[in-house]
Amino acid sequence: MAAEPWQRYEIPGPIKAAVIKNPEMVSILLKKAKKPVLIVGHEAAEIDLGGKTPIDHIIRIARATNIPVVTTAHTMAEFLKRDFKPAASMTSMDIGNRLTDPEWSVSGEDAPHDLALILGMTYYVGFVIEAGLKSFAFNHLKTVSLDRYYQPHCNWSFPNLSIEEWDRYLTIIAQEIEKK
Amino acid sequence: MKKVRFKVDELESDIFKIAGLEATVGEFYEEWEEAIGPTPMPDISTFREWDRILLNRYKPFYLPFCDLCCLCTMGKCDLSKGKRGACGLDMAAQQSRIVLLACAIGAATHAGHGRHMVKELVSKLGKDHPLDIGSSVLIEAPHSRLITGIKPKTLGDLEDILDYAETEISQLLSCCHTGQEGDNLDFESKAFHAGMIDHLALEVSDLAQISALNFPKADPEAPLVDIGIGSIDTSKPVILVIGHNVPPAAAIFDYMEDSGLEDNIELTGICCTALDLTRYTKKAKIAGPLSHQLRFVRSGIADVIVVDEQCIRTDILEEAKKVNAPLISTNYKNFQGLPNRTDDPTDEIVRDLVGGRSPGVVILDSDKAGEVATRVAMGVFPKRKKSGIIPEESEIIEYAKKCTKCLSCQRVCPNYVPLPEAMEAAAKGNLQPLSDLYESCIGCGRCEAEGVCPNDLKLHTIIIGASKSKMKDEKFKIRSGRGAIQDSEIRAVGASIVMGEIPGVIGIVGCSNYPGSWKDNAFIIEEFLKRRFIVTTSGCAAMNLGMYKNEEGLSLYEAYPGVFDGGSLVNCGSCVSNAHISGAAIKIASIFARRKLNSNYEEIADYIYNRVGAVGISWGAMSQKAAAIASGFWRLGIPVIVGPHGSKYRRALLGRKDKDEDWYSIDARTGKSVYTGPAPEHLFIAVETKEEAMTLIPKLSMRPNDTTKGRSIKINHYIDLHKRFYGIVPDDIPLFVRTTADIPITMKDEILKILKEKDWKESEVPTPDPTLLSRLVRKKEG
Ligand code: SF4
Ligand code: SF4
Ligand code: SF4
Repeated sequence: MAAEPWQRYEIPGPIKAAVIKNPEMVSILLKKAKKPVLIVGHEAAEIDLGGKTPIDHIIRIARATNIPVVTTAHTMAEFLKRDFKPAASMTSMDIGNRLTDPEWSVSGEDAPHDLALILGMTYYVGFVIEAGLKSFAFNHLKTVSLDRYYQPHCNWSFPNLSIEEWDRYLTIIAQEIEKK
Repeated sequence: MKKVRFKVDELESDIFKIAGLEATVGEFYEEWEEAIGPTPMPDISTFREWDRILLNRYKPFYLPFCDLCCLCTMGKCDLSKGKRGACGLDMAAQQSRIVLLACAIGAATHAGHGRHMVKELVSKLGKDHPLDIGSSVLIEAPHSRLITGIKPKTLGDLEDILDYAETEISQLLSCCHTGQEGDNLDFESKAFHAGMIDHLALEVSDLAQISALNFPKADPEAPLVDIGIGSIDTSKPVILVIGHNVPPAAAIFDYMEDSGLEDNIELTGICCTALDLTRYTKKAKIAGPLSHQLRFVRSGIADVIVVDEQCIRTDILEEAKKVNAPLISTNYKNFQGLPNRTDDPTDEIVRDLVGGRSPGVVILDSDKAGEVATRVAMGVFPKRKKSGIIPEESEIIEYAKKCTKCLSCQRVCPNYVPLPEAMEAAAKGNLQPLSDLYESCIGCGRCEAEGVCPNDLKLHTIIIGASKSKMKDEKFKIRSGRGAIQDSEIRAVGASIVMGEIPGVIGIVGCSNYPGSWKDNAFIIEEFLKRRFIVTTSGCAAMNLGMYKNEEGLSLYEAYPGVFDGGSLVNCGSCVSNAHISGAAIKIASIFARRKLNSNYEEIADYIYNRVGAVGISWGAMSQKAAAIASGFWRLGIPVIVGPHGSKYRRALLGRKDKDEDWYSIDARTGKSVYTGPAPEHLFIAVETKEEAMTLIPKLSMRPNDTTKGRSIKINHYIDLHKRFYGIVPDDIPLFVRTTADIPITMKDEILKILKEKDWKESEVPTPDPTLLSRLVRKKEG
């Protein structure tokens, strides 16, 4: 599918996310980043990837890299069920707002974050939050959407994917990171 | 009574300053002994400092819908990544300008509605018709008194208040022009001003209609009335009214009654006209909220459709034509391209509509519209045979077989409901997945728009077709809008609210643009009714609360009383009745705490912000009016939560609980700066899930002035819900525990352990007399 917004009318403007064709690229971005953060919303807990959910991939990635995970909405509970304690839990508005602050990081050290990997927010909420980051955090932060659907306000985004392709993309990223 | 009329700019003084507004004020003070306060008839600049205090604590986080501005012909301009437009505007200012524009449109809509209605009622009843909203409501107009200094007594007095509101709204709208304001916080302050004016306009409208149309007058036992498409008797002619301006609908009922037809015709409505009609007569029935408009019209049940203003589908004429239902427009805000037949003989209009010679007419006279609607309903009923355009099951299955699963319908749906999967199941004869979408479909019709489905399938209609039995079963009870809160009710609960023993006052209001099932509204609220919060409601949200049955088969209105008290569900009425919800907060400050009301906005807002644990929630907020209503709450210091679609209002007002320095207030007793904690944490926030909203409500109910007992009750609810939905005690609990006495007894060991881990220290002044206004300090430091 072409890289166009999943919700057809969510048109971003002239600058659109570069499409991630090879999921390996995400592990390269992660390797280069000094202070990445993973943001995981409720839809990541609601989608069945054949007996697992995107959360299971995220936990693999987080365990292999020690990247802090920030859960939004009430997604925290799903992580706890899997014996993984996220670094923080807050509303998607709160994490978006804080990421615009060049003096803020999850741990309070080495602020700011320079890379945010985002998935699982309600599509149109993610869309406007990422638009906020594009205009108010562009000096220090790059954004990557790992959502199943193309999110044009990020710097990079997956294209619109089938469930199977999405599962494959997330699996490859986890494998690549675990290799390192 | 002696009336003193003067030009205010002839009378400028330190306490009474307004540019060029002619006002009639002499009579207002004669029977109101309270002296005029510091800010009568404030203009855009008057509360700039107060707004800045709030905006400094709750800074805007902007959420651009689009990187471009396209407001003027120098554009489009790309404002992303720090760029400025051709006029010099940056992204923050543009987003805040859009917020102001939305709030100003909302306020203009309510003021325009109020003006229209008051004019009609004055022409029928005279300027001197007395205002009466209940003998037990002594503070009948808290907003008017607080903002304008006017204590209105007659319909004519309301016109003076509208003069002021209209002046302010036109100034506010002018600020949106290219080359005016450039600072985002000043735009935000203006949006607050629009919100304040909006609540004033709401109050005017409801005062007028309660008084002139004899609605329930602050009655906690306002009657239970029918709601739901299934409650409508389709064996009778049906008249459907849509909109917000009730006089034409009331005139329909009057004509029906005068003609002895009130039991022969069903009079039903959608949106606030319906709610207000049930305040006029118990015999009217509510078909549903805004989201039910398309499905009900297409069902063909309505024989005549009468529209007035606001939230009406702009393609209503096309939809009415599809089911051969004549359309009558009663309001110049919504001509629909129809001929104005106001001055034509009634018999001719009836003949043309019944005979199908005209699909619709404009009639700008309520009484005439009432007669025509009734006679046309009787005339077309035998011919129409309720013919709708909802397909039968067998047709749906055939349609579904044509679906190629291209996903196009899902991708234009605001809620991206899984239509293609449901169509796949339907093709195999299983209509359940389609029917499962019924409650989450907001009835926008986008999935049916020209060119969306390559096979021209009419998806919304197909969902409705698969849900026919659900529609038939839609029979519920809602308490009709009671209007204001009585002074005695405020007195009875004031202390419990301010001390925090009633954990909070929730106002659940707004539209039906839900992210999922409309039943989530009731799911959220039932929890807080059980937890003995006071729940107030209005508008489409009030309707959706009724369209749900609990385990005992009762609607929430049947299960919970309508008095203003803990564990009660108080339906104030339509959108304009929101003034009574914010008005109740004002009255707590005025009646219970005896703060001066007359032209004393800042002090009252400061009181509410620091002491009244009120939270607004609009799970399905959609309109500019909803933005204005929210804004009126913000300026009073009342936080508002919206559902995820509310993120499209393009900004949140967020506190930063991690920044201690943001949470210092002044102790009015000593003048010292004291840490009061992030209570409430946010002023305006969109959240994504109902679980998240439910956890946030008790948290945003906390106030600096909570007693230790009150705070421990609120913390208890917060922790309990957080544990239920998040599986863990929230990590910000140390911020809300000021002293160990704030800890709920049953959670003592667990919380003390967390406090110890976080190196928590008891607050030096756990319960100060908090204020954000230095002028309220009684004893200055040093
Ligand atoms: S108003 Fe300003 S930013 Fe908007 S289009 Fe015109 S010049 Fe560009
Ligand atoms: S009518 Fe319903 S299903 Fe169709 S686009 Fe609108 S919300 Fe979605
Ligand atoms: S747009 Fe039409 S063909 Fe495409 S999935 Fe929807 S119903 Fe099927």
